[in-house]
Amino acid sequence: MADKTPLVEMKNISIAFGGIHAVEDVSVELFPGEVVALVGHNGAGKSTLIKILSGAYKRDSGEIFVNGERAQIANPRDAKRYGIETIYQTLALADNVDAAANLFLGRELMTPWGTLDDVAMESETRKVMGRLNPRFQRFKEPVSKLSGGQRQSVAIARAIYFNARILIMDEPTAALGPQETAQVSDLVRQLKKDGIGIFLISHDIHDVFDLADRVVVMKNGQVVGTARPGEVTEDDVLGMIILGKCPPGATPGPGALQVAA
Amino acid sequence: MADATSQAPSQGASHAQTGAVARFLKATELDTRMLGMLGALALIWIGFHLLSGGLFLTPRNLWNLSVQSASVAIMSTGMVLVIVTRNIDLSVGSLLGFVGMVMGVTQAEILPDILGFGHPAIWLVALAVGVLTGALIGALHGYIIAFLGVPAFIVTLGGLLVWRGAAWWVTSGRTVAPMDATFRLMGGGPDGAIGAFWSWVVGLAACAAIILLLIQGRRQRRKFNFPLRPLWAEAFLGIVGSALVLGAVAVANSYPWPIGIVRRYAEANNIVIPEGGMFIAHGIAIPVLMALGVGVVMTFLTLRTRFGRYVFAIGGNPEAAELAGINTRWVVMKIFILMGVLASISSAITTARLNAATNAAGTLDELLVIAAAVIGGTSLGGGVGTVAGAMIGAVLMQSLASGMVLLGIDTPLQNIVVGAVLVLAVWLDTLYRRRVK
Ligand SMILES: Nc1ncnc2c1ncn2[C@@H]1O[C@H](COP(=O)(O)OP(=O)(O)OP(=O)(O)O)[C@@H](O)[C@H]1O
Ligand SMILES: [Mg+2]
Repeated sequence: MADKTPLVEMKNISIAFGGIHAVEDVSVELFPGEVVALVGHNGAGKSTLIKILSGAYKRDSGEIFVNGERAQIANPRDAKRYGIETIYQTLALADNVDAAANLFLGRELMTPWGTLDDVAMESETRKVMGRLNPRFQRFKEPVSKLSGGQRQSVAIARAIYFNARILIMDEPTAALGPQETAQVSDLVRQLKKDGIGIFLISHDIHDVFDLADRVVVMKNGQVVGTARPGEVTEDDVLGMIILGKCPPGATPGPGALQVAA
Repeated sequence: MADATSQAPSQGASHAQTGAVARFLKATELDTRMLGMLGALALIWIGFHLLSGGLFLTPRNLWNLSVQSASVAIMSTGMVLVIVTRNIDLSVGSLLGFVGMVMGVTQAEILPDILGFGHPAIWLVALAVGVLTGALIGALHGYIIAFLGVPAFIVTLGGLLVWRGAAWWVTSGRTVAPMDATFRLMGGGPDGAIGAFWSWVVGLAACAAIILLLIQGRRQRRKFNFPLRPLWAEAFLGIVGSALVLGAVAVANSYPWPIGIVRRYAEANNIVIPEGGMFIAHGIAIPVLMALGVGVVMTFLTLRTRFGRYVFAIGGNPEAAELAGINTRWVVMKIFILMGVLASISSAITTARLNAATNAAGTLDELLVIAAAVIGGTSLGGGVGTVAGAMIGAVLMQSLASGMVLLGIDTPLQNIVVGAVLVLAVWLDTLYRRRVK
């Protein structure tokens, strides 16, 4: 895949909140049809990194390229214009409105008279929710009344509905049951086949090895290293996460533990 | 997932007594909170009626009540949007006063020199100047709140003082009067009402609209296989809705013009007044029609437009709205512009009704407006509120105020009651939200 231009390339990204370097000099790339997993301990900077890509945070330094061209991403609207869709860890749903209103938030379907076309939006919502969570029926209720998993399904539906080219999934299955989790895994494989690039953040190393083409390990805001699941073991990756030790099969990053050789 | 439980029958045997009421509420899909408010309104009306020895529930008093409520009702529709987005506007009363002075001076002192006294366009130009002034002030508030990040509470608290002071500066405290004759129609009175015939026309049109909306709603639900209301519930809503509208029109139409005005009218039109006097009904007052018009437009805006959807989404989760790509700052600024425009319309009504622009007009109105919105079901926690509820809340607040005047309660005590009711309403809202959660 190295011969192709990456779909997304984040170069030397840094951001600090007050004195905390949440993300420091991180470079990652994502190719079409590739799933790149971002793993690391709590507070490693995974969510912060992808929020820079999705336009939620403004980086202090570094550059983002989409399809080889420098991208100007200053807010979430910009990111969406580049085809970047995000499932946030916090889900980012407006609790007081229903699933359809959330799914189309910011991109409402309108009638020819310029009014909200709630009927069309609900019927579309029924279609995509049918793919994700066929048992879901509570279309008329505000999402605050839904279960954690149902809310997560709504957030996933929103990200995949608009034909994303780049999908960011921040712990998308944290609240899902086994069946729904399996459905999301199938969905990821399907989207991969369609040539969509996916950043997947997960704490489930097993899942990560199952789905990802490459695993990027972060620790204290820095990249420890990048590995391919076929070339390292799950224990190697755990070692990278916990100790920051880069095994022989992986490409070390700036955050790798410097072992005096 | 919890889908299955929500469809299971929820009425257990222990609920047998409340079953009928619950079933009725479920079938009609009426909001218990709205019903509670209507119940409180009925209690207040009956209470004042008894205490005043039968003076409250008369066509005359109810008609006056409707006119007096118009100004607060119009502003409360905007306050709903302000509070839904977790903001507040304490400046509306002062804004009303300042814009009133601007409109007063424009029509009484500036335009007659330019256009000539009594020119038919004076009222329109004065109103346009007022609305523009209100919009600009609202834009200023909105800009400071949304783009500079100063809390709405502080910005509008400042506005409360600034615009009240500015209202004084326009004429150094002098009252401006009289207002243009056409402009005055917005204040109600025998001329500022549309008469019996047109009132019935409006009433029947409203009934037709209610029935059409019910039919349309039912058709939509059927088309998409959503659960339908039972037919009896639809009929009940249609009949009760129409009866309320026609009843209100009947009340407005049974309040006659005062004898003096009838005599003048008869002289002017060469009519001989018959033996038993002549009955000319007021009909619906123009300010009331304006308020109803604003209510319809604002309801449409909140429920059927992108702007309205964004307002509620921002109220529910500001961060999510921003992440969804909504320009939340611009939406908030638009809300304050709208609030300024609505305060200007209320100002036109108040100024026209007093037939004078005074720098004290609208004093303490912000409390009535906020109370109206909160009593009407707008939650200070954000994200929840309805235009119709706020307007009924406005009638409730005005009923309290008028009723106390009718009973001869002095102003300080009136203020105490209004203040207490505001606190009570917010407390009830807190209780209600805790229970619903
Ligand atoms: N908005 C913010 N303001 C201040 N500090 C922040 C903010 N967002 C993140 N941080 C800090 O940045 C660091 C990285 O946080 P981040 O949310 O990216 O971690 P994460 O890798 O996603 O962790 P988790 O696995 O728990 O989701 C943490 O130390 C966190 O406290
Ligand atoms: Mg995270």
